[in-house]
Amino acid sequence: MKTIRKSFHLYLHYISINIRSMMQYKTSFFLSAMGQFLVSFNVFLGIFFMFRRFRTVEDFSYGEVLLCFSIVLLEFSLAEMFVRGFDAFSGIVRSGEFDRILVRPQNEILQVLGSRFELSRIGRMIQAIVMFVYGVANSHVNWNLSKAVTVIFMLIGGTAVFSALFLIYAALCFFTLEGLEFMNVFTDGAREFGKYPIGIYGKKMLLFTTFLVPYALIQYYPLLYLLGKRESVLYLFMPLFACLFLLPAFLLWKFGVRHYKSSGS
Amino acid sequence: MKKYLSFFRLRFTMGLQYRAAALAGIVTQFTWGFMEVMMFRAFYRSDASAFPMSFSATASYVWLQQAFLAFFMVWMMENEIFDSIINGNIAYELCRPINLYNMWFSRSMATRLSRAVLRCFPVLGVAFFVPSPYGLEPPADFFHFALFLVTLVLGFAVTVSFCMLIYFFTFFTVSPQGLRILFTSLVEFFAGAVIPLPFFPENIQRIMEALPFAAMQNVSLRIFSGSMNEVQMQKAVALQVFWLLVLTAAGKLLCRFAEKKVTIQGG
Repeated sequence: MKTIRKSFHLYLHYISINIRSMMQYKTSFFLSAMGQFLVSFNVFLGIFFMFRRFRTVEDFSYGEVLLCFSIVLLEFSLAEMFVRGFDAFSGIVRSGEFDRILVRPQNEILQVLGSRFELSRIGRMIQAIVMFVYGVANSHVNWNLSKAVTVIFMLIGGTAVFSALFLIYAALCFFTLEGLEFMNVFTDGAREFGKYPIGIYGKKMLLFTTFLVPYALIQYYPLLYLLGKRESVLYLFMPLFACLFLLPAFLLWKFGVRHYKSSGS
Repeated sequence: MKKYLSFFRLRFTMGLQYRAAALAGIVTQFTWGFMEVMMFRAFYRSDASAFPMSFSATASYVWLQQAFLAFFMVWMMENEIFDSIINGNIAYELCRPINLYNMWFSRSMATRLSRAVLRCFPVLGVAFFVPSPYGLEPPADFFHFALFLVTLVLGFAVTVSFCMLIYFFTFFTVSPQGLRILFTSLVEFFAGAVIPLPFFPENIQRIMEALPFAAMQNVSLRIFSGSMNEVQMQKAVALQVFWLLVLTAAGKLLCRFAEKKVTIQGG
């Protein structure tokens, strides 16, 4: 217990260092935050104009899609903010920086997490929150306690799934040294195409995202419950099952660490 | 002219070296195209009558867009150029007896062309065998195909000449970040990279089609899939030529102005 508290303190310290160093370049910070905002704003405009022409997509209305889009965006930006350290991990491995991490008497995941904290993702997050409010106002959800819990579970599960994907991305760097660009399909691609409920992409895609990479568990199924299209409480807990996805990611990471051969100079 | 051609050749062969990156790019582009087509399918199934062009034309548009991504994506700019402006290496470039604008132009073209050459054929090949209406349909006749090639080159040149403006603006702002972000998201939206222009409401679409951004990918991709009639095609090609001339002239003017005002950063 004590070690957990200590690690948590250390992590907070890492975050504060990161924020302070970023605040030395305030203009750069605001510009990248604005950029994050603009990029996702384009996605929103795409949805907006598609719905000017089409009333619904597979029984989902405009407000419902916005709700879906905003939750996925929020999940993604949360994961990106905290777990971004893994994204730059190929650099850490290649420069030999990971050797230094290993000799320190601290958990290596904590140190990698602490190496980067992207506050500029706040731009995307603000966008997500605005969209969420807009979506709530437009989607006619009958809010009650269980629906609110669903949203919270979705956020937890979604952040976990995206974090697991970043972790897998980093773990693969142990074997390839290079960051594998095709992994972007699973992270950026999921953010991009998660704007619509996964069910619209067809049955096979739904199967894939249920059993292989559990996007549907954090997006499609709980969304159906949220919108009152399904009643079963099972859908409410699906995002928590999705957290299990962290397990194989963590094992892959451990496997990678054990097989790590220093490459740096 | 000869020196710019050799610059072009140099950059082109250099770009061809990055084959592993291209392979990853192909996988990404293919997945992207596939998901996009599935998304349009869902909208098509919900309300087919609201579709502004035939479904197979939309699918062809998506596949071509993915295949020629390197031609048209404004965010793929030359980082080396930005770096040279920021760190002062631009001084060496200015010493050379060459025209800065022409050199950077040929260089940007070469990089983009090498990327596109590596990526487009596998994507096009696979998309061609995807069953219709989800795959890439060949154009109606030879005329459309020829016009597609011409407008593809024109649109490519318009994109590059637009990027040139951003390079030269960086002379004045020093940090390229803000400009890049602003322009890339603007262009993506207005060029029809987010959703194809015909999907916009008619009055907005009319304005968008007159802007230089519509002269980038919009024209050639729509001519290929046959979703433009003859009058529209004539107008679109004329606009492409017009914008190419205007953007290049503006870029050259800006270049001359920037060269006079240039401050070398760093030592």
